[in-house]
Amino acid sequence: MNPFEYQQVDEPATAVDAISRWRGSKFLAGGTNLIDLMKNTVEQPPKLIDINHIPLRGIEQTPDGGVKLGALARNSDTANHPLIRKNYPLLSQAILSGASPQLRNMATNGGNLLQRTRCPYFMDPAFSRCNKRTPGSGCSALEGFHENHAILGASDQCIATHPSDMCVALAALEAKVRVRGPKGERIIAIGDFHRLPGTTPQIDTTLMPDELIVSIDLPPSPYGSHSHYLKIRERTSYAFALVSVAAAIDVDSGWIRGARLALGGVAHKPWRVEAAEAALAGQKLSISLFEQAASRALSGARPRRDNTYKVEMAKRAIIRALTIAGGLA
Amino acid sequence: MNTIGKPISRVDGKLKVTGSARYSAEFDMPGLCYAVLVQSTIPAGRIAGMDDSLARKAAGVLAVLTPENAQRLPGAEKRLSLLQDNQVYYNGQPVAVVVAEKLEEAHHAASLIKIRYSVSAPKLDFVAGFPSSHPGNHNGEPGDMSWGDVDGALKDSDIKIDQVYTTPIHHHNPMEPHAAIAQWNGDELTVHESAQDISGHRAKLAKLFGVQESNVRLICLFVGGGFGCKGPLWSHVPLAAMAARQVNRPVKIVLERPQMFGPVGARPRTHQRLTVGATREGKLTAIRHEVHAHTSVIEDYLESSAFPTRVMYGCPNVSTIHRIVDLNLGTPTYTRAPGVATGTYALEVAMDELAYKLNMDPLQLRLLNYTENDPQTKLPFTGKHLRDCYTRAAERFGWSNRTREPRSMRDGSQLIGWGVATETYPANRRPASALVRFKPDGRVLVATGTHEIGNGIYTIMIQTAADALNVSPDLIDAQLGDTALPPAPITAGSMTVASVTPAIQTAAERVRTRLLQMAVADSGSPVHDASVDEVDFKDGLIFRKLSPNRSEKLGDFIARNGGQPIEGIAHVEPDETLKQKFASHSFGAVFAEVSVDPDLGPTRVRRVTAVYDVGKVLNEKTARSQFIGGIVWGIGLALHEDSHMDARTGRIVNENLADYHVPVNADIGEIDVSAIDIADTHLNPLGARGIGEIGITGTAAAVANAIYHATGKRIRDLPITPQKLIA
Amino acid sequence: MTTENSSRTSTVPETDSEEYSSVNPATDMIDCKLSRRDFVKTVGYFTGAGALGLQLISVETIVECAPLEFSASAHTVELTVNGLVHKLTMDTRVTLLDALREYLKLTGTKKGCDHGQCGACTVLVNGRRINSCLSLAVTHQGDQITTIEGLSGGEELHPLQTAFIEHDGFQCGYCTPGQICSAVALLEEARRGDASFVTPDLAHTGRVELTPEEIRERMSGNVCRCGAYPGIVQAVQTASRTL
Repeated sequence: MNPFEYQQVDEPATAVDAISRWRGSKFLAGGTNLIDLMKNTVEQPPKLIDINHIPLRGIEQTPDGGVKLGALARNSDTANHPLIRKNYPLLSQAILSGASPQLRNMATNGGNLLQRTRCPYFMDPAFSRCNKRTPGSGCSALEGFHENHAILGASDQCIATHPSDMCVALAALEAKVRVRGPKGERIIAIGDFHRLPGTTPQIDTTLMPDELIVSIDLPPSPYGSHSHYLKIRERTSYAFALVSVAAAIDVDSGWIRGARLALGGVAHKPWRVEAAEAALAGQKLSISLFEQAASRALSGARPRRDNTYKVEMAKRAIIRALTIAGGLA
Repeated sequence: MNTIGKPISRVDGKLKVTGSARYSAEFDMPGLCYAVLVQSTIPAGRIAGMDDSLARKAAGVLAVLTPENAQRLPGAEKRLSLLQDNQVYYNGQPVAVVVAEKLEEAHHAASLIKIRYSVSAPKLDFVAGFPSSHPGNHNGEPGDMSWGDVDGALKDSDIKIDQVYTTPIHHHNPMEPHAAIAQWNGDELTVHESAQDISGHRAKLAKLFGVQESNVRLICLFVGGGFGCKGPLWSHVPLAAMAARQVNRPVKIVLERPQMFGPVGARPRTHQRLTVGATREGKLTAIRHEVHAHTSVIEDYLESSAFPTRVMYGCPNVSTIHRIVDLNLGTPTYTRAPGVATGTYALEVAMDELAYKLNMDPLQLRLLNYTENDPQTKLPFTGKHLRDCYTRAAERFGWSNRTREPRSMRDGSQLIGWGVATETYPANRRPASALVRFKPDGRVLVATGTHEIGNGIYTIMIQTAADALNVSPDLIDAQLGDTALPPAPITAGSMTVASVTPAIQTAAERVRTRLLQMAVADSGSPVHDASVDEVDFKDGLIFRKLSPNRSEKLGDFIARNGGQPIEGIAHVEPDETLKQKFASHSFGAVFAEVSVDPDLGPTRVRRVTAVYDVGKVLNEKTARSQFIGGIVWGIGLALHEDSHMDARTGRIVNENLADYHVPVNADIGEIDVSAIDIADTHLNPLGARGIGEIGITGTAAAVANAIYHATGKRIRDLPITPQKLIA
Repeated sequence: MTTENSSRTSTVPETDSEEYSSVNPATDMIDCKLSRRDFVKTVGYFTGAGALGLQLISVETIVECAPLEFSASAHTVELTVNGLVHKLTMDTRVTLLDALREYLKLTGTKKGCDHGQCGACTVLVNGRRINSCLSLAVTHQGDQITTIEGLSGGEELHPLQTAFIEHDGFQCGYCTPGQICSAVALLEEARRGDASFVTPDLAHTGRVELTPEEIRERMSGNVCRCGAYPGIVQAVQTASRTL
């Protein structure tokens, strides 16, 4: 780990001011990903600005019937908040499927959005080529080990995936990320928050370096318990997803008023599939409908040598998640 | 006393649950500083240049050891990477060491070293290496061994199975990483090391540094898991000693988790072709077990996967062949049930395939080919009760309710499957020494240079001494893990108990006799003038057998007799002629129930039932944990563990515990283990055969067979991951 | 088992030559000149009700630790560990785990992976279980930190410690302090109704029934390589009944 300066701040304005003054400095929240990457020398901030004392831990109902999640609320507190368990069980499930109780106690909501990929070529600097870590150096995963890599939205510069479970549920729930920068606040739709790699895989999100996430705003959810987070992994717990699915259906006596579907483990960002959602809307609940939606969701998939399994796995996971969400299981 | 066999709680339990047990990195001493390894990032070639100027300037740095400046060692061997030359044989090889005042400083400085390599073409393609593979041996036993006419018998067989089974590289990953603290005092070297073989490591360190063995002391009070990787001496220990000499201070080195994936051993990759012939009735006529496994380019290690095939079933024609493939990877080594874990997987799945082809119950097939004698030597076993294991385990599991066809059992959306396999592991014993001491405070000390690695040996030592001396375990202390004590063998190969307990018994007998002789000769003693046969020692009291009320406390006796401890020391060798008369192996039967999600792929092992024939069980509680631990490893072998190598650089890409999956708590269902518990006194007086490894053997096959029964899919490439099951 | 393995020479033909830099992508940017004198001192202690109401150890010794002072990246923090306040001036890079093990010599907390992937370093901070390896010590000013050394009241073991011994919920013992700290928090989480991934009904918010399946999932952040999981589950179940 490189030597770094450390500063505590206790309000958003000070935080934004501090980070603007130090090029390359980083906000420290839960630290579960940042400290990990600093130990590997992948991240080498000259300064850490500890934002844990900023009062952004609240979880509260908003006037429109939605919920505002404080950026510094811990993942475990978010998953277990009565409002979330009652109105957004999809989010509780997704959070609880990830990491371990200890890590969920540390990790913050804002930090979860900013998790970096688990691609081994990114995490281990002994591999000299990684466009995400060292732009222009090449992508070791293209012809290397890529069983767990992206099948959707990848580029020839980067085939890494986003590792979060929580963000997959947030994508399905159409969350909005409220951020604060030197010029004040702005709101980024979750779908616009994470980026596809394109030719600049070193940039994960549309958050600017001097911006602070202050909250994640959930609109009112019509889905309630007609939702399901399904995660397929190589061991029963404490493992990243091979493929995951967040499915939510607005059901009215057997008919689908609307549906939301997002995939994890398949792309550089939580992969919402609006085409599949459109295929579901207005239709009667049925397995064959879900099969059509699954096919449509994966129609653009471009797997590589060792991750072709993900296409079929994702389709089946979608069908199963919709089946459970729709109450047909 | 009658403590042997009882479910006594670990005597070191309190230390372990309070955090007071001292592991090797947890000793503090004045001037202690920290060393961190720098590793190669190429698989083959040489170091063309190393720029350590930034590292040397970094805060807190005391020394940077490189191939250019490192001390030349008289006894250096090529198998270790001790900075004696510029050659690189594998990715992750130690190429420099940074020593600093603080851990953070050492880590950081290590990252600042720039190395220029001249890269050679590495050998990394396992299968491409088959044509140039070579034979080898394992523990002195030849890799190739055949009897009968396998080709002829296969030609005439009614039924034939011919399949290839593969297992990946595994890394041991004990929870405690390798660690050592080295300290020189003149020519005397003291090392606190997490080791499974302090005597062996002492000898090697003495040779490397050109000092007398008596000048080197190894101490290891607790090993935080080893599973084989802490058996051999690896580079980091002599490197720590070199660093300590250079900075003239005690130096601590603790491997980082990624460093556990390369320079400290692995279970090698195996490719096993099984050709099995049988009659229509299911009698085995021929087995050919042909194994390819990898080693490094600097040292041979043979994964003896076909060894279990030499002992498992009665078969007149058997051929077992091993070939070693040299790769630019770190040297593999013994990993829990070396050879047997991977070999029983292949053999026992092949037997399952044969049973299906014969349309026969797989348990029935095994009983039909049961052997009372070692099929290779025709010698009788020192004890074999495998038939009872099958019967008892089948009954406990409920095997008679099995439905024959694959995909015939369901639970909701899950497919259910049942599988069976046979387990085996050789009974090993080595020479060992021990001392038993009556102390002036009336307590008893039992000591030997063995290792507490979770095997419960502190407890077993005390039980053995308690029973041998008729003294309550509460009055006995145990000491181990120090080369200053009488030496014991490496703690591996399921042989600690079989080797160490006879030495303790003999030492106890000697000290007891000595005490009684002193007592009858002592005019102040109540047993004065009696013959030794007429007196006894029990529960800390010396007394006359016929009038037990006239007794004296041990402490009082010693106080009156000069206050010096009374000691018995014994060195006991196993009977080498036993091998000419008997074969000696443990056996077991294991049954597994899995559920498989047929659409999505994940497998859960819901329950495992196993019954073992391991001779006498010395402590029911710790033995149970050993069996269960082995089964958990078997489940990991079947479903989870897989070190993925980057094919171009030979670097392990999942060199961490997030991506190298060992089973977690949620992966483990109900486990029911028990033992036949019949003493095998041919091997040693207590009749114990050792139990550390047998649990992993067979288990992976039972799980794989259960998955076939559940799904109709025969996955012959471990681990059986969700992606393979939906392919 | 060991036997000497034969060493063989092998010749690998040198083909092309390639240059690799260090594993630190920023070696050229960093200029490290931190002069310092190490300084660590325990300035006081107190006893009282701490995290989870556990009895805290009262220690009278003033610990003079090894010595240091830093320039640019030094920071002072008061760590309250098992009721004792330690004033430490140290490198900002020091994790809570290393502060405990290497500076305060509280070696009961273990380093297994140093990356939040094994749980051996689990401690309680304000009653919540965390991985101390991924937490910087400087961030813990004012927090109540409880380690394995602080769970028992002197000779009297915490019921979970007793249960782990009784059910043999360990072998080598290295993961055990983390397992036990984790389990202490688990019992509190279940009591207050926290859900896990296997909790059947998220809408139900009362005390959680600790079935074996619930315990397995909730203990899955603590890897035990010896495979003592069944004993761990039994120990947690037993303790949940007595507490």
